[in-house]
Amino acid sequence: MKFGILVNEGPYTHQASDSAYLFTKAAIEDGHEIFRVFFYHDGVNNGTRLATPPQDDRHIPNRWTELAKENNIDLVVCVAAAQRRGMVDPEEMKRNKKDANNLAENFRISGLGQLIEAGIQTDRLITFGD
Amino acid sequence: MEEETQSGIVKKFLYINRRAPHGTIYAHEALETVLIGAAFEQDVTLVFIDDGVFQLKKNQDTSEIGTKNFSKTYAALEDMDVEKLYVEKKSLEQRGLTQDDLSVDVKIISSDQIKKLINESEVILNF
Repeated sequence: MKFGILVNEGPYTHQASDSAYLFTKAAIEDGHEIFRVFFYHDGVNNGTRLATPPQDDRHIPNRWTELAKENNIDLVVCVAAAQRRGMVDPEEMKRNKKDANNLAENFRISGLGQLIEAGIQTDRLITFGD
Repeated sequence: MEEETQSGIVKKFLYINRRAPHGTIYAHEALETVLIGAAFEQDVTLVFIDDGVFQLKKNQDTSEIGTKNFSKTYAALEDMDVEKLYVEKKSLEQRGLTQDDLSVDVKIISSDQIKKLINESEVILNF
């Protein structure tokens, strides 16, 4: 089956992003296709490369990056939600004249159309959030 | 940002709006999704249940809390061919509201009819 994944909550505060990761990983292991993971609302914060969780805890952003690298998954952070919350890639940094960027490897910033497209192109769009 | 909006596929999209318009950002960002999604020429339906019915309340004024008053945007949906707006009867009644309290034309339907809409939908975005 071809899945789209929507992550609506930030890392650590809420289990949604853990559940989304575990579902995505299990789906891949079972031979399903992940069309895209789309991060919305506070979910965009899963894409920061500046997180340093305690060493005995999971590293949520790094875990997404590794899963994406190994399986060629499209991780998309919503641009409107990202701009509000200070998630910035090099291009956005230039465009909005910021002095830094913080988007982790294998994530990209794009529009809400990518979420709608995931709804159109997949067999199931699965939402993780409240 | 140019995006491909024509796929030739038309699916039944259902947006479920469950939360009060203010207090959290979900209602506001849900509306942003609906607005962007309108360009994709899909079969779009919006339902408002629970505190979500407050999103359509007339005469909202956010000046004292300093948040954006996006409530007028719901009236613009019609111009974007987003015309199927449903409100759950029980949720309205529980909150002492009637159609007259709402800023846009909606169809007021039962919980069973909402269930039917959910069952018939192909893509559900739940905010």
